[in-house]
Amino acid sequence: MANIISDETIEYVGILAKLELNDEEKEQAKKDMGEMLDYIDKLNELDTSGVEPMSHVFPTNNVFREDVVKNGDGREDTLANAPEEKDDSFVVPKTIVG
Amino acid sequence: MSLMNLTAVELGKKIKNKEVTVVEATKAALDAIDRNEEKIGAFVTVDKEGALKRAEEVQKLIDEGKLDGPLAGVPVAIKDNMCTKGMLTTCSSKILDNFKPTFTSEAVINLEKAGAVIIGKTNMDEFAMGSTTETSAFGATKNPWNTEHVPGGSSGGSCAAVAAEECFYALGSDTGGSIRQPSSFCGVTGIKPTYGTVSRYGLIAYGSSLDQIGPIAKDVTDCATILEIIASHDEKDSTSVKREDYDFTSALVDDVKGMKIGIPRDYFGEGLDSEVKDAIRAAAKVLEEKGAIVEEFDLSLVEYAIPAYYVIACAEASSNLARFDGVKYGHRAAEYDGLHNMYKKSRSEGFGPEVKRRIMLGSFVLSSGYYDAYYLKALRTKALIKKAFDDAFAKYDVILGPAAPTTAPKLGESLSDPLKMYLGDIYTISVNLAGLPGISVPCGTDSKGLPIGLQLIGDCNKEKNIIRAAYSFEQTREYKHSPLA
Repeated sequence: MANIISDETIEYVGILAKLELNDEEKEQAKKDMGEMLDYIDKLNELDTSGVEPMSHVFPTNNVFREDVVKNGDGREDTLANAPEEKDDSFVVPKTIVG
Repeated sequence: MSLMNLTAVELGKKIKNKEVTVVEATKAALDAIDRNEEKIGAFVTVDKEGALKRAEEVQKLIDEGKLDGPLAGVPVAIKDNMCTKGMLTTCSSKILDNFKPTFTSEAVINLEKAGAVIIGKTNMDEFAMGSTTETSAFGATKNPWNTEHVPGGSSGGSCAAVAAEECFYALGSDTGGSIRQPSSFCGVTGIKPTYGTVSRYGLIAYGSSLDQIGPIAKDVTDCATILEIIASHDEKDSTSVKREDYDFTSALVDDVKGMKIGIPRDYFGEGLDSEVKDAIRAAAKVLEEKGAIVEEFDLSLVEYAIPAYYVIACAEASSNLARFDGVKYGHRAAEYDGLHNMYKKSRSEGFGPEVKRRIMLGSFVLSSGYYDAYYLKALRTKALIKKAFDDAFAKYDVILGPAAPTTAPKLGESLSDPLKMYLGDIYTISVNLAGLPGISVPCGTDSKGLPIGLQLIGDCNKEKNIIRAAYSFEQTREYKHSPLA
């Protein structure tokens, strides 16, 4: 395997991805990612100098419209999906620890 | 002949002529589900009560002359990544196992306006990430042709439901082949439209620049009819395209005289099953005999599509799936220590292994230091692939090839080697990268009796070319019902 994924890299990617992996999962992720990157490195065979990166096949522009409320008050239905709610609000763990 | 053997358009006619009521049709579908679901597992949710209530309402509207479209009253199944107001929408993931959307996706709204009766939501690979429908958190769907085999994926539930005749048609979504490959494996017809043709509003995003909703049904006529209904310009989707033509059914013409069809030599190399190869060659011959000009050519870059796709799709997925954080909807871990730990634990408990694998890869290729080498490199490759198709469509009206290199593999054979599974998408993935329309139509079975799908690819906004070619081909063979139909 040409791409060796270090413990630090998996740790860092876990932070970016907001995923907590156990030791077994980490080892598997290192192997899987290494193998995928080896495969993806095939792209380096291609000379892409001077080629513009294409994010969309069609030209995309910002689509503007008037900011008019068209939907009704969906508060009850929206909050019905919340894992935890109180006083018409989503409950989250304390975000500022003082 | 059972009612469930009918195509969607045939049933629509019978409903219009008062030969069948909407309630009868809906009950027939629900009975078929009762009969087959244990063997197939195509559905995540079956809304028996809602469907019967809706059937009565639709019948009333038809009787009052307020609904007279070709699919008014025809029961449909929806892939479980399209939001349906008040109806469970899970993406076959534990992280959304209790999610009831507060709105309905635009494609489904368009169907409802045309009088569709939604009977339920179909199983899929978790967040549409997979090619077998085995990564679903709710168990694998089985292939109606042989229940020891996978139905393909990720729209495996929709394709199996159509093949097992548990519904008259279904919607799927296609990011890298997720409509065409399972259609091929299940012996049904599916279209992935040109990017931007069907609104993605309410489709739970996987790879936003690649995702497209499309129809799955028994034949080309159904698919063209459904596409005509679901396609729309939608201001709620900023990538929605206003098309000049929406009259896809006008292309249901049995005539390919003079049509130029190109067969990429690169599609017939290593890895292609010989029985699939023979069936595709025979299908090309049929079109040639009907007057099409069939030629082989070199498409080039075929082997670069999959690596480019996985970089782009995973990058977009890592960003799109950041919204599942256990705050506003979905799974939240029971125990955690602070906000960030709550995010991490909820996501780690809620997502399955394949989804985690792709989020990790996507986060990596977007991270500083790797962004240029991987993400931008993949976007440059995408530009070259698009150019290769542009060159091909300067010469040909339609590109013809297999939808998948093999027929449906056995259950449990694919997940152990992700890279091998990814290679199964070799003929479908580049179509998404280039934003093109593609259709898979049944063209035979292998010696095990499993269906083979013919893929026809068109230039952007040229659905009519592939519909006409597929329809003409279809006229030369009978629709084969699966053993469970």
